[in-house]
Amino acid sequence: MEHFPLLTAILLTLILGILLIACLPREATQTIKIIAALIMTVALSFTSYAYYAYDFTIGGMQFTENIPWVQDLGVSYAVGVDGISLPMLLLNMLIGFSAIFASWNIDRRAKEFFILLLILLTGVAGTFVTRDLFIFLLFYEMVVIPIYLMVIIWGSTKRVSKEYSGMKLTIYLLIGSAFMLVGIIALYLNAYPAGMRTFSMEALAQAHQLGNLSEEFQIFAFLLLLIGFGSLLSMWPFHSWSPDGYAGAPTAVSMIHAGVLKKIGGYGLIRLGLLILPLGTKFWAPVIAVLAVANVLYAAFIALAQKDLKYVIGYSSVSHMGYVLIGFASLNVIGINGAVANMFAHGILSALLFAMIGYVYEKTHTRYIPDLGGLAHQMPRVATGFMLAGMASLGLPGLIGFIPEFTVFVGAFKEYPVYAVLAIAGIIFTALYILRVLANVLFGPRRAEFDECADVQGAQLVPLIVLGSVLVMFGLFPQVLMGIVNSGVEPLIPLLAQLHAAPVLLGGILQ
Amino acid sequence: MNLTLLTSEITVVTLALLLIVLDLLMPKEETRRSLGYVAVLGIIGLLGYTFTLPAATDTVYQGLFIVDRFSIFFKQLFLIATLFTFLFSFDYVDRLPGYRGEFYALLLLAVSGMMIMASANDLLTIFVGTELMTITFYILVAFQFESIKSSEAGIKYMILGSASSAVLLYGMSWVYGYTGSLVLVDIAQQAHTNPAMLVGMGLIITGLFFKLAIIPFHMWAPDIYEGAPTPITAMLSMGSKAAGFAVLIRILFVAFEDLQAHWLLIISIVAAITIVGGTIIAIWQTNIKRMMAYSSITQAGYMLSGLMAADATGVKSILFYAMLYVFANVGAFAVIVAVRQHHGSNEIKDFSGLAQKSPLLAVVMMIALLSMAGIPPMAGFAGKLYIFTAVIEKGYMWLALLGFVMSMVSVYYYLMVAKEMYMNEPQDQQEFVISGQLRLVAVISLLGTLWIGIYPGPLAALASAAANSLSIL
Repeated sequence: MEHFPLLTAILLTLILGILLIACLPREATQTIKIIAALIMTVALSFTSYAYYAYDFTIGGMQFTENIPWVQDLGVSYAVGVDGISLPMLLLNMLIGFSAIFASWNIDRRAKEFFILLLILLTGVAGTFVTRDLFIFLLFYEMVVIPIYLMVIIWGSTKRVSKEYSGMKLTIYLLIGSAFMLVGIIALYLNAYPAGMRTFSMEALAQAHQLGNLSEEFQIFAFLLLLIGFGSLLSMWPFHSWSPDGYAGAPTAVSMIHAGVLKKIGGYGLIRLGLLILPLGTKFWAPVIAVLAVANVLYAAFIALAQKDLKYVIGYSSVSHMGYVLIGFASLNVIGINGAVANMFAHGILSALLFAMIGYVYEKTHTRYIPDLGGLAHQMPRVATGFMLAGMASLGLPGLIGFIPEFTVFVGAFKEYPVYAVLAIAGIIFTALYILRVLANVLFGPRRAEFDECADVQGAQLVPLIVLGSVLVMFGLFPQVLMGIVNSGVEPLIPLLAQLHAAPVLLGGILQ
Repeated sequence: MNLTLLTSEITVVTLALLLIVLDLLMPKEETRRSLGYVAVLGIIGLLGYTFTLPAATDTVYQGLFIVDRFSIFFKQLFLIATLFTFLFSFDYVDRLPGYRGEFYALLLLAVSGMMIMASANDLLTIFVGTELMTITFYILVAFQFESIKSSEAGIKYMILGSASSAVLLYGMSWVYGYTGSLVLVDIAQQAHTNPAMLVGMGLIITGLFFKLAIIPFHMWAPDIYEGAPTPITAMLSMGSKAAGFAVLIRILFVAFEDLQAHWLLIISIVAAITIVGGTIIAIWQTNIKRMMAYSSITQAGYMLSGLMAADATGVKSILFYAMLYVFANVGAFAVIVAVRQHHGSNEIKDFSGLAQKSPLLAVVMMIALLSMAGIPPMAGFAGKLYIFTAVIEKGYMWLALLGFVMSMVSVYYYLMVAKEMYMNEPQDQQEFVISGQLRLVAVISLLGTLWIGIYPGPLAALASAAANSLSIL
C-alpha cells in the first residue's frame, strides 16, 4: 500500500458513483440508493483505513501525491492529509454515509438527489485533501450550487420559503467567497515574484518565513479571508444565512452543511489564515475572540426563544462555532487542538440531531415544538438519538462534546480570561435550550395523535447507529481523536511561539 | 506579396458564394439542411488548417493586413463559434419563412468580416472589416421577416450601428489628420498627448464601445438580442464581441501605446460601470434573451477590465476569456433554441421543468450559466482568475473586488433560471424533441466548459502565445 494513491482513490470513488448513477434510469430509485450507499461505504472504508494507517509519530502530510497541473499559474494537483484535515475527511465520510441512509425515503426525483448529494460530498472531501490553493477553490465552490438545487427541490417551506432560504444561503456564501478570492489572489501575487508563483500551500506558508509578506499585507489579506471563511463558519455578524438555510434544507443537506461544510471555514482559517498569514492572524485574533463570544451568547439567547426545532439547532450550531473561533483565536496549541476537535465533535452531533429532526418531521409533519411532545413513548430509538446528541451538545462528560470544549476553554482562558468566562457561561444557556427542547419534544404525557408514527427502523436507523456510536466511542476514548489532531497541531508550535514573541498589535486594545 | 496568408478569408468568402450558387440550384421548397452540412464541413476543414499555420508574423498589402498568432487565435475562435452556431441552428433555419440558403451564406460573410477585423493592421481595413460584419448582421438580425420584433431590431441595429460607425470614422479622420497615416504602427510613432489625438482616440474608442455594447453605449443590445433570430443573437454575443475586442486591443496596444495613461482611466471607469450595471439590470429581466444580453454586456465588462493590466498577461486573460465564453455561450443558446422550438417563446418561465423533461439540456444550461458567473470548476472561474490576477498585479485591487462580488451577485439571476428548470414542474407533458446536432453541441459545450475549467493549461498556452505575438507588448 506504499504507493497506492489513497486520497485520489477516495475522490475517484465518489466521482465514479456520480457517473454510475447518472447512467441509471431515473425510475430505478432503489438501485440508485443502493449504489450511493455502496459508494459511500467504499469511500468511508478508504478513509477509515487512512485514519488507521496515519502515522502519529511522524505527523505532517501523509498519503501525499503531486502532479503538476497548470504550469503558467503554478498549480499542481497535490493532495495529502495531516492531523487537521484527516479528522475532517473522516467526518465528511461519516456524515455522508449517514446522510445517504437518512434520505432513504426520498423517492421524488431520487436520481438527481443522490447525484447532487455525491457531488456535494466530493466537493467537501476535495477541499480537505488538497494541498493546492487553486484546487481548493475548485472544490470549495463546487458545493454551493448542488446545495442550492437540493434546497429548492427537496426543501421545506415553513417560516421562510425554501426558495428564499436556498438563495440566501447561496448568495451569502458566494459573496463571502468573493472577498476570499481577492485575498487569495493578492496572496498568490505577493508571496513570490513573477515566474516563481505557486498555489502550493506549503510554498505559500514558506513565504512568510522568507519575509516576502509584509505585516500590512498580511493584516489586509487575512481580513479578506476572515470575511470569506467567517461567513461559511457562520461567524457573527455573518451568520444569518445559517438558521434560515438549515430550516429550508432537506435533512441530508442540513446534516452535511452543519456537520462538515461549515467546518471548511474553520479549517481554512487554520490552514490558510494561521499557517500562511500568521501576522495577520495575530492582529485579528482578539477581534475574532470578541466575535466568538458574540456567537456563543447571542446565538444561544436566540435559540432559547425559537419554536421551530430546526431553528433551535440552527442557532445552536452558530453558537457552537463560537467555541471553535475562540479556540482558534487563542493561538496556542491547546486552543487550536480544541478548535479542531470541536469541529469534529460538533459535526457528528449536529448531523445526528438533524437526522433525528428530519425523521420526526417526516413522520409528524411538524417541527413546531409546542405541537410536539411525548415522542419517547412512540419513538424510543429517536429519543435515544436525540438524547445522545443533545447531551453531547451541552458537553456532558463521556460523550464526544466534552473533551473538545474543555480543551477550548483551557486554551482560551490563558489568552482571554474574560472572554473565556463569558463563553463558558454560554454552556449554561446551551444546557437550558437543549434540555428544554428535549423535555418538550420527547417527554411528557403520551400524545394520541402520534400513535401512528412508527419508530425509526431499517435503513434510516443507520445514521443513529453510526453517528451515535461515534459519539460514544470518541467520548469514551478521546485519545482516538485528540491524538491525531494533536499530531497535526504540534508542528505549529514553533510558529505559535514565534507569534507569541511578536509584539502585541490590535490585541492591546481589546485584551 | 504572399497571398496564401489570406487563405482563411478567401475560403470563407468562397464558401459563402458556393452556398449561394448551390441554393439557386436547389428546388425552392426543399430543406436547406444540406447547405448547412457543406458549410460545416468547410469550416471544420478551415479550422483544422488554421492550426497548421506557422507561428511567425507576416503581412500582406504593404502591412495593411497582418497574420500573427493573435489574429489566428481570433480566427479560430470565430470558426469554432460559427461551427457550433451552424450545428445548433439547423432546425431553426428549417423553420424560417424563406431565404434559408442565404442565411448560411450571410452568416459566413459576417464571419469573413470578423476575420478581416482580427487581421486588420490599419484603420481603414479595420473599418472595412467592421462594416462587412455589421452590415451583414443588419440583414441577419431582421431575418425573421414575419416578426415585427425582428424587423424592428434590424432597423434599430442599422440606425444605431450606422451612427456608431460614423463616430468611429470621425475619430479615424482626426487621427489621420494629426498623424498623416492610417497604419497602426505609423500612428504609434506620432501619437503623443495632444488634444487632436485625444479627441480622435476618444471617438474611436467610443465607436468600438458601441459595437461591444459597453455601458453607457449598450442601449441597443437588449432589444436587438431579443428580436434577432436566436443563432444570430448567439453570434452577436460571441463573434461580434470578440472581433470588437480584437480591434480594440490592437488599436490600443499598437497605435495608442503612448497614450496609455489616458485610455487606462477611461477603461477602468467604463469597465466598472459595465460590470455593475450589466449585473444589476439583468436581475430584472424576464426574457431569457434579454437576460443573456445583459449578461453578455457584463462579460464584456470583465474582458475590458483585463485591459487594465496593459501587458501580455492582461491580453492573454482577455483571449482566454473570449474563448471560454464561446463554449459557455453556445451551450446556453443551443438550449434556448431548443426551448424556443418547444414553447414558441423566450420567456424564462418557459424553462420550467426542463430538468425533468430533458435533464441533459438542463445540465448544459446550468453549467453554461455558472461558467459565465465564474463558479468553479467551470471555465469561467479560470478566466476570471486570469483576468483579475493580471489586474490585481497592476494594483487595481478595487476593480477585482468589485468584479468578484458582482459575479457572485450575478449568480442570483442565473439561479433564477436554474430555479425554473429544477424546482418547477413542466408546463406540459409533451415529449421534448431535439435534433442530434443540437445535442452534440450541447455536450461539447458542457465538456469544453468543464475541461477548460479543470485543466486550463492548453488554452492558456494558446492564448499566451497569441498575446505575446502582439510585438509591442
